[in-house]
Amino acid sequence: MEIYWLLGIPLAGGVFLALWGNRRHAPEINALFSLLTLIAAAALTARIVEHGPIIVGGEGWFFIDSLNVFLVALTAFVAFTTALFSRPYMRIEQEHGRLNAQRLRLYHSSYQVFIAAMLLALTTNNMGILWVSMEAATLATVLLVSLYRTPASLEAAWKYFILCGVGIAQALFGTILLYFAAEKVLGSGGTALLWTHLNGVKAQLEPTVLQLAFVFLLLGYGTKVGLAPLHNWLPDAHAEGPTPVSAVLSGLLLNVALYAVMRSKVLVDGAQGNNMAGGLMMGFGLLSVVLAAFLIKRQSDVKRMFAYSSIEHMGLITFAFGMGGPVASFAGLLHMTMHSLTKSAIFFAVGHATQKAGTQSMDGIRGLIKTNPTIGWGLMLGSIAILGVPPFGVFASEFLIITTAMHEHAWATPFLVVALGVAFAAIFGKVQPMVFGETELPRLPHQPALAPVFIHLGLVLMLGLFIPPYLATWYRQAAALLGG
Amino acid sequence: MALTYHLQVVNLLAALLLLISFAMLSQRRIVNLVTLFAWQGAALSASTAIVAWSTGQHHLYWSAGLTLLLKVIVMPWFFYRLVRQLDVNRDVEAMLNIPTTMLIGIALVIFAFNLALPISQMSGTVTRSTLGIAMACVLLAFLMMITRRKAITQVIGFLAMENSLFFAATSATYGMPLVVEMGVALDVLVGVFVLGIFFFQIRETFDSLDLRHMEKLKER
Repeated sequence: MEIYWLLGIPLAGGVFLALWGNRRHAPEINALFSLLTLIAAAALTARIVEHGPIIVGGEGWFFIDSLNVFLVALTAFVAFTTALFSRPYMRIEQEHGRLNAQRLRLYHSSYQVFIAAMLLALTTNNMGILWVSMEAATLATVLLVSLYRTPASLEAAWKYFILCGVGIAQALFGTILLYFAAEKVLGSGGTALLWTHLNGVKAQLEPTVLQLAFVFLLLGYGTKVGLAPLHNWLPDAHAEGPTPVSAVLSGLLLNVALYAVMRSKVLVDGAQGNNMAGGLMMGFGLLSVVLAAFLIKRQSDVKRMFAYSSIEHMGLITFAFGMGGPVASFAGLLHMTMHSLTKSAIFFAVGHATQKAGTQSMDGIRGLIKTNPTIGWGLMLGSIAILGVPPFGVFASEFLIITTAMHEHAWATPFLVVALGVAFAAIFGKVQPMVFGETELPRLPHQPALAPVFIHLGLVLMLGLFIPPYLATWYRQAAALLGG
Repeated sequence: MALTYHLQVVNLLAALLLLISFAMLSQRRIVNLVTLFAWQGAALSASTAIVAWSTGQHHLYWSAGLTLLLKVIVMPWFFYRLVRQLDVNRDVEAMLNIPTTMLIGIALVIFAFNLALPISQMSGTVTRSTLGIAMACVLLAFLMMITRRKAITQVIGFLAMENSLFFAATSATYGMPLVVEMGVALDVLVGVFVLGIFFFQIRETFDSLDLRHMEKLKER
């Protein structure tokens, strides 16, 4: 039952906000719908924790197990905090004249539809519907990326649409091939694409076809994950869109796309018996980590820099899932959580910083600690956290990933260590003057609302110091589902 | 006997699809490109309906009807309107000259047939021989997207690719489950309308739909 609430609330929110338009309190209503979604997600999570995996609806349209319920909870949580952050942020953008009421209406409505599409992608049992909802999530965000209507933002949105469109067309072909293999075993009709059914017969599926299907699925969904060399859309879309959109794209959409790859990988591994899928994921992951780390060094736009950092971290997570095994999958899931929380927190802080400075260029942002200590500390702590400094949680997951790589794929370790080192030097070197540099600007009169930043960073810190036992069990169960 | 007769019609339509793909590749004017796109949809819809009739797969009728409605009527109408309103019906400037593009296209067709061979051998459908053509159409549409500069032509290329993927699904497996096909059709429809809005935004900002204005965001 909770599942229908979970999907229905944001969808209703999208419709309602489109009708409500620019009347008063639209941002608050947006946050309220996100809160209700979070409550539904919490109820669903409680039920899964209590009763184990469930299959709901008709022929089994929805399937929720420990793996996706954890992502559902994360998605609903970050969506809620982002809605809280966007309330004051978008109001200031409107005061600066970058947005008008009509565009805000589009923003609020699309935001809810986007959340609904992601939640549908996470909970559906049908690999075809998974594709449909991934595409719906892209469509919902295209007009959000171009919300400012500047030439650069239009170009970014166009690139996002076309590259992700072509990518997702590859994934459609992969899905067709998957159905082709499944239909022989399960018979034709609606149930042959249900993941639970496929998972039951995965050993009988034709390995060659599944191998080909996985290549297409990885290329397709991998474009959305932002894996190099398919990552070109990502920095542009993150840099040119409004900051709340950057936060949810980076913190949530990339995860959901990676989730689609993971579900496909489980099927291929079962059919194949060897680690072809894992090898491919490791290759793409490693390439993304290395390429992104060196590109971070060359950025001058702060949002672009953190977008490349997202590519780096998604690469690392893909690499971890590619290695497989209980420890690496556990570390991958943990890193997914940490990255979502930390990166969205960073984008919140960066959003306020760029808003005060009036520019996204890092040379133009100086001495945040003097003009506004809250933003300064938020950005500094967020950067330290994402760079994997203990005691933040990112350290724990990166440590696990690297030690597992040392054991199982020693050749990859130098690449990972060098890339993480380069990224550390680059990001720290650029954030440091932004926070502690000299500035002539006076202190800001009012305090920004940065509670979400510190809530996220607090959670990351807590998980770095101590993972509650039930949460650890939960991660272990999810890792086991990935074939660990 | 009846089945082979139907099959020949399907094969004929498949050949027509490939021909249309090549025609799109060589077409210079946007209005003609839209017309070709509509014809491609019509061929796809007809072949799907014939496969449905000859094999008794009733859900394929839905798919054929959906294709007819969306890709032969709604979208071409929408594009004609867009072209008229935006006044973009000048020559399409391709990045490569047409003969070179055609030669690359031929190489792609050969490649596609080789790629499709192992899969079509495994397939149990009567239409499996057309799978190679479907893959070739996908690659040709892809080529069209790469070599064209106007935003509208890229989108038509994208939709042609989607058409070919549907054709591939029909020839390899008698189509995807209905709920998936409906979902895909909905996405494509919404996508086209989103793009319609988007085109106006691009034009408002750049005074043109030429993508050369949109090459500012690069790694320096």
